[in-house]
Amino acid sequence: MKFEARFSGTGGQGIIRCAVLLAEAALYDGYQAAQSQVYGPESRGGSSQGEVVIKDEAIYYPKVTCPDVLLCLSQEAYNKYAADIVPNGILIIDSDFVQPTGLEGASVNVHALPILETAKTRLNNELSANVVALGAIVGLTHIVSDAAVERALANNFKAKALPGNITAYHAGYELASK
Amino acid sequence: MTSNVRLMQGNEACALGAIKAGASFFGGYPITPSTEIAEYIAREFPRLGRYFMQMEDEIASIGAMIGASMVGHKAFTATSGPGFSLMQELIGYAAVAEVPLVIINVMRFGPSTGLPTMPQSGDIMQARWGTHGDHSIIALSPSSVTEAYYATIRAFNLAEQYRTPVILLMDEKIGHLREGFDISNDPEPEIIDRNREHQGAYVPFAAGESGVPPFIPLGQGERYHFTGLTHGENGFYTADPDKVTAVMQRLCGKIEDHVDEIAEIELVDFDDADVTIIAYGAVARSAHDALLALRKKGVKAGMLRLKTIWPFHTAKVRELCAGKRLVAMPEMNMGQLSMIVRGALGNTPFLPINQANGQLIKPHTIEDAILAELAAMGGAR
Repeated sequence: MKFEARFSGTGGQGIIRCAVLLAEAALYDGYQAAQSQVYGPESRGGSSQGEVVIKDEAIYYPKVTCPDVLLCLSQEAYNKYAADIVPNGILIIDSDFVQPTGLEGASVNVHALPILETAKTRLNNELSANVVALGAIVGLTHIVSDAAVERALANNFKAKALPGNITAYHAGYELASK
Repeated sequence: MTSNVRLMQGNEACALGAIKAGASFFGGYPITPSTEIAEYIAREFPRLGRYFMQMEDEIASIGAMIGASMVGHKAFTATSGPGFSLMQELIGYAAVAEVPLVIINVMRFGPSTGLPTMPQSGDIMQARWGTHGDHSIIALSPSSVTEAYYATIRAFNLAEQYRTPVILLMDEKIGHLREGFDISNDPEPEIIDRNREHQGAYVPFAAGESGVPPFIPLGQGERYHFTGLTHGENGFYTADPDKVTAVMQRLCGKIEDHVDEIAEIELVDFDDADVTIIAYGAVARSAHDALLALRKKGVKAGMLRLKTIWPFHTAKVRELCAGKRLVAMPEMNMGQLSMIVRGALGNTPFLPINQANGQLIKPHTIEDAILAELAAMGGAR
């Protein structure tokens, strides 16, 4: 089993944390996982990209080559990475901020979901968009178990912020199943 | 569920390794991509009763470390290329004054400010010859998060055992990589402390068979002199050619004569291989996937991984590679350690594969270069 995911957006959206959470959950489910990132010298803004490789055997080259899942939370990220996705891969874009141009003839499963809107209005917490996105990714792929994700969330958020993030995860999961 | 496994970053593993090794002083100035080490230590050292000191720059940082080490602390820092450049003069001081130090250099793309968040194995030669004058040095290069932990412990052990600065040359790709970390079933690592044992009156720079003088830290009962001037056994300046020759031979010999113990090499699928890939750091991971892909295509490839960069074990590399059909060396720079490897190999065919574009070399880049070279040499066998 080999699964590669790339998450992309704007610095400050929690893209790298989203990748960290997925990698951690994969470890808890007994897989091997490697998480890396690419970011610019800016401390905020600019493009941000997080990657996860999940395998059931040793991971040597730790970076994503052709993602099975690609998340794009900004148009810039979409323009940069959309072409890399594997045939029949899953492309998750934010339905309000990303136009999926240039996909004519490509065999890609596009899921345009209101990720940022769900975080902002339904959950009243823009900062939880990354965890909503994580819920959508897991909802579409079932690559890790809910229990493992919840353990990863508990390990990454303080007690005060945890219930909101668990809600955000399930909200994202539901977006994916609609 | 695998219960003891944690997701850990390479930089974090270095900080944990330093704590395990008994490091008690950090003097540094934060710089990408090493900053997570300083952050972790700044949080943990005060709780442990150890010292974290942020200095005004890297020159002051290494000065503070040297002072701390002289009075008995295991001292270290974390930096990157630009900061490592500023430390060079005092690395030479620490080498000649025989002050143990650990410098973790999480290498980023250079020269100068370069690409601060991108990888390059650009400081291989700076680690060896960045400071002026003849000296020897130890440099280690981990390829995984778990190895970053153990290599950091080993760096402290070697620094104390050989009374020398030790450089941990870590690729940004390993420093920022997160992967599973579980040492709960590993044997307890050996921790080496400073040797204080001496016979008769303490002569601060008199060494026995090992070439390494015992070290009574300053302020602990012995009064003596440290200097960057070339000095005799008593620690004072000498220009006596015989004494200068003796001290230079001892300073270089205490490391080079122990290359068998210091220079660690890992062999992967090596014995039956007729194509050898020599690699270190993050690139060794790409090389591992490349050799597996090559074997699927019928090319018997193996890897010689350099866990220790300096001292370079020329004789062992030559012996291991003798008779190989081709030795390839992917390196994330314009060709640094490959110059040394080429010299070690003699007549064995050698293919350096260099890439300096801010990206980790991909496995297929290595695979394609080797297949093309084999084809040029007369087809795959």
